[in-house]
Amino acid sequence: MHHVILGAGPAGVTAAETIRKHAPDARITLISGEPEPPYSRMAIPYLLEGKIEEQGTFLRQTDGHYDDKGITYQQGPVTKVDSAAKSLTLADGSTVTYDRMLIATGATPVRPPIEGLDNPGVHTCWTLEDARHIVKHAKPGVPVVLVGAGFIGCIILEALHKMGVNLTVVEMGDRMVPRMLDETAGNMLRHWCEDKGVRVETGALVDAIRSSGEAAPAPAAVEPAKKPGLLSRLFGGGGSPEQVPEPAAAAPSHDHPLTVHLKDGQELPAALVVIAAGVKSNIEFLEGSGVETGHGVKVDPYHATSAEGIYAAGDVAEGINLSTGHNDMLAIQPVAVEHGYIAALNMCGIETAHRGALNMNVLDTLGLISSSFGTWEGIEGGDRATMVDKEANRYIRLEFDGDMLIGAQCVGLTENVGMLRGLIQSHLHLGPWKDKLMESPGRIAEAYVGVVQQPPKTGYTGPKVALPA
Amino acid sequence: MLKALQIDPGKCTGCKQCEMACSYVNEGEFNVSKSRIRVFDFHEDARFVPYTCTQCDEAWCQQACPVNAITTNEMGVKVVHDNLCVGCKVCTIACPFGTVNYNASTGKVIKCDLCGGDPACASACPTDAITFRDAEQSGFDKMKEWATKTTAGTEPTGPNAPA
Repeated sequence: MHHVILGAGPAGVTAAETIRKHAPDARITLISGEPEPPYSRMAIPYLLEGKIEEQGTFLRQTDGHYDDKGITYQQGPVTKVDSAAKSLTLADGSTVTYDRMLIATGATPVRPPIEGLDNPGVHTCWTLEDARHIVKHAKPGVPVVLVGAGFIGCIILEALHKMGVNLTVVEMGDRMVPRMLDETAGNMLRHWCEDKGVRVETGALVDAIRSSGEAAPAPAAVEPAKKPGLLSRLFGGGGSPEQVPEPAAAAPSHDHPLTVHLKDGQELPAALVVIAAGVKSNIEFLEGSGVETGHGVKVDPYHATSAEGIYAAGDVAEGINLSTGHNDMLAIQPVAVEHGYIAALNMCGIETAHRGALNMNVLDTLGLISSSFGTWEGIEGGDRATMVDKEANRYIRLEFDGDMLIGAQCVGLTENVGMLRGLIQSHLHLGPWKDKLMESPGRIAEAYVGVVQQPPKTGYTGPKVALPA
Repeated sequence: MLKALQIDPGKCTGCKQCEMACSYVNEGEFNVSKSRIRVFDFHEDARFVPYTCTQCDEAWCQQACPVNAITTNEMGVKVVHDNLCVGCKVCTIACPFGTVNYNASTGKVIKCDLCGGDPACASACPTDAITFRDAEQSGFDKMKEWATKTTAGTEPTGPNAPA
């Protein structure tokens, strides 16, 4: 039996290891889309800020891990899949045949329709290769524009800030992380960032990114801006051009290689522009393969696709969302691992249905930690409990369906935060704790332990009574 | 045979010596907010419940870690390697028991590692509410049973169980 896994992210690597555990004699080939050892994109921000070296991003830290497990690691990417012939074609033209195949090709950053995305100095922040480019440009004090303050954008924001750049973040939505946090929490993050010297532009669209040498096209009404540009160039010429500490307010002119033009007319100088405008599943190579796709690859609860012997997992798969029961893309690390595990069991013939994955995120924005779980926006007819302390930057919002917790978000709260997942995922009835939480949402840990570890129904109870051994 | 903490809330008097011992042994200071074991006080029921990581088989934290910074040692203990932990906190939201916590002063996560085989909480407990003994004889079954119910798959060992 030859198991071929496309994609060496968390889903692919987990699947390969799981198959090995259950099928000691199977042949396993793991095909990577990038010329790197299997690594974690999630660790890239920590690489940028210098907390770790590249090796620290690797998914497995033991030398020879894949060899030891008898997993053949091969460079792709895969360009074509023929599910009838059970064969696939790699970029170098070679072909590989399979008995079972897992599509775990992940996602790639969306390239928004902005003029000038191909300019040097404009990068996404997704791969190790991207990180190497960003490190070259993001020197202390230089102006950097980050396009997108979603979840990924905010993680990059933290890294760029720690690198000491002069940062402006431009977000299309009305607040930061609009898909993970509500307005109260999003605005807390915004004020926090602004206090730390990051300029935040929400409800802002980028029109174009122009190279500063480039003459402004057709609407060349930027003439007045040209003169101070020359002046500042003259002044800047004698000093150290890299170290000019630009004030947060955008000067209409500058000596940095890029200018980001916003729709509202603002112009932001930039030595580097980082694009974090969302991701999309890598499914193009499946065209004509017989594998049914939507936004991602369609899978059943066993993570099997429409094509025989082909499974899908991770960011590329539309797996079940536990909160809704519908198929959905939850592009987060823990879900990728769950998918990889479930798909691998099924590939080995161990029938295992996936009950669904819980959407959740945790974010550290310059030291302010926020998290969200499940249906954090709540449901109609459900109860909501909130606790806001703007001074202390603390916020808790809980959403209930009857006496079950279905969603939560927190700012400034990290203690025992995983219990929120525990309560949501296990559908535990809170009973009397529901009212206590409605009154004081901060008592979540007590509620959890109280519900899980209820006092014995019979026998001795009470704190000071030692039970007979 | 693997050993585990056995916690008997019925014997706990809420003295919190376990929390003090834990923070002192692991963090070098008497600071219960950095303790890896926490005593919950249900004063309405006049009941105290010591609570910490059960070193569960699912190892949600370990599976969720993007950089392999949590591994299982030969005693079945899930251990955080500080040299690898980047402080991303995904384990803190992935652990459905809430027993992995972020330590802002180090930028890493902390969790119970049974003090390398001689847990300070058990030694400090004056009433034997916390003891360290063979896992199979411990009152762990309840927690494990519950852990099973929370898994995303339908199979008894859960999706994240090391297979």
